[in-house]
Amino acid sequence: MLLIHCPYCDEPRPEIEFGYAGEAHIARPINPDDLSDAEWETYLFVRTNARGRHFERWRHVHGCGRFFNAVRDTVTDTFERTYKAGVARPGEADSWTGDTGGIV
Amino acid sequence: MTRFSAATLLAKAIGHHKGWPAQWPDAAPKPSYDAVIVGAGGHGLGAAYYLAKKHGITNVAVIDKGWLGGGNTGRNTTIIRSNYLYDESAFLYDHAVKLWDGLSQELNYNVMYSKRGVLMLAHNVHDVQSFKRHIHSNRLNGVDNEWLTAEEAQAYCPPLSIDPNARHPVLGAALQRRGGTARHDSVAWGYARGAAALGVDIIQNCAVTGIRRGADGAVEGVETERGFIATRKIGVSAAGNSSVLMDMAGLRFPLESFPLQALVSEPVKPFFPCVVMSNTVHAYMSQSDKGELVIGAGTDAYVSYSQRGALHIVEHTLAAICEIFPVVRRMRMLRNWGGIVDVTPDRSPILGKTPVKGLYVNCGWGTGGFKATPGAADLLAWTIAKDEPHPINAPFNLDRFRSGRLIDEAAAAAVAH
Repeated sequence: MLLIHCPYCDEPRPEIEFGYAGEAHIARPINPDDLSDAEWETYLFVRTNARGRHFERWRHVHGCGRFFNAVRDTVTDTFERTYKAGVARPGEADSWTGDTGGIV
Repeated sequence: MTRFSAATLLAKAIGHHKGWPAQWPDAAPKPSYDAVIVGAGGHGLGAAYYLAKKHGITNVAVIDKGWLGGGNTGRNTTIIRSNYLYDESAFLYDHAVKLWDGLSQELNYNVMYSKRGVLMLAHNVHDVQSFKRHIHSNRLNGVDNEWLTAEEAQAYCPPLSIDPNARHPVLGAALQRRGGTARHDSVAWGYARGAAALGVDIIQNCAVTGIRRGADGAVEGVETERGFIATRKIGVSAAGNSSVLMDMAGLRFPLESFPLQALVSEPVKPFFPCVVMSNTVHAYMSQSDKGELVIGAGTDAYVSYSQRGALHIVEHTLAAICEIFPVVRRMRMLRNWGGIVDVTPDRSPILGKTPVKGLYVNCGWGTGGFKATPGAADLLAWTIAKDEPHPINAPFNLDRFRSGRLIDEAAAAAVAH
């Protein structure tokens, strides 16, 4: 079972308290009427499915109830960091200095 | 290739089973092939076999980063059925079931296809209505499926508890008698042996590291750990790693990879005669010929390539099994493992051409790829050989995610995932 650090509660909690909510940083289109079929396909269905560093959303369902983002290695399942929703997508592992939600 | 028969078995038995030859050679890559299949599971090996057998294309290599049949072919719960709701799916999966029938004879290798029946339990009014709709739809498509009352279901599967006071009482069940199980390893070995005998090279422990494309965009070959292999046709049949390979060709796919766990119990004497699935209680079970109960359920929730999952998923699965079969409550579990399944948004596979010329794909089977092994292999071979999809797999194209013509089997799967 994964131990996940909730950046709002600021403590690691077991996976069963959380719900997985898919890939992070997929912005809902501002201009849906103008989108082509290919753009809708990308927005709705196409996913990075990264083997390695993966940006994803989790929700602390049985805790504070809030959505947050995480960077996890999908080969080892190790969390690199979690950070609050709305924080910009972090860059490479060693270059990011944003809100780590309490862990680095 | 030594043809197996009672006579050869007897002759080798007299010789204390010494002197059996290798069933297929461990090939080294040649500089070029007419076609390369990436992924030496049942689907990929089968595709190579049918390319050679049905289409006369024998200069074929099957490449795998690990060993033959070591991915999901060796990790699944071996359930075979074709009772899918939609016409496209019914034709696709029933094509496979028809090929399962006679596969042992075709390959001269016992894949132990056992038509022991697949029983799908209905626990509430919604289940009853949904399963009856499936039964009517299946029968219109020529797929056998019938309704059993709770008493008839228990007569078919005596360990089943139909206690009306159970938390999830059994109200009835849908039974596909042609459904059942097969020996998963034998499927890979049988296809490997058959393909190798027809001239196919099976190259193991040779990861593909890149897909080379020419100036016109068409594929020119694959980069591997053991050098470049030139080919004009690449068939990708790599399950959980499909999107990684598509990425090498510059394509982004509507796929997500999840761990799916399964487990087996200690072996006991035969008492469980069929396959039972329960969508509502959320588990499925059968008994292998070794006597182990083979148990599975839904995937873990998150994208992962780790080939392992979390224990609470297994606990949930076993709780469900004990709920339906109180008789197994004191049994101990022996092994537990995970495989990586590639899931599409509509839970139907993608089997056909890609936007890259010469690149063909067979992916997105999610949690239910084993049952389709001979069918998917046959259709992938057809698609590669003819450079166009067979009418059966034509609806399962990549374009449906753009056109919106999805084959939405998400709610029709045996267990929710």
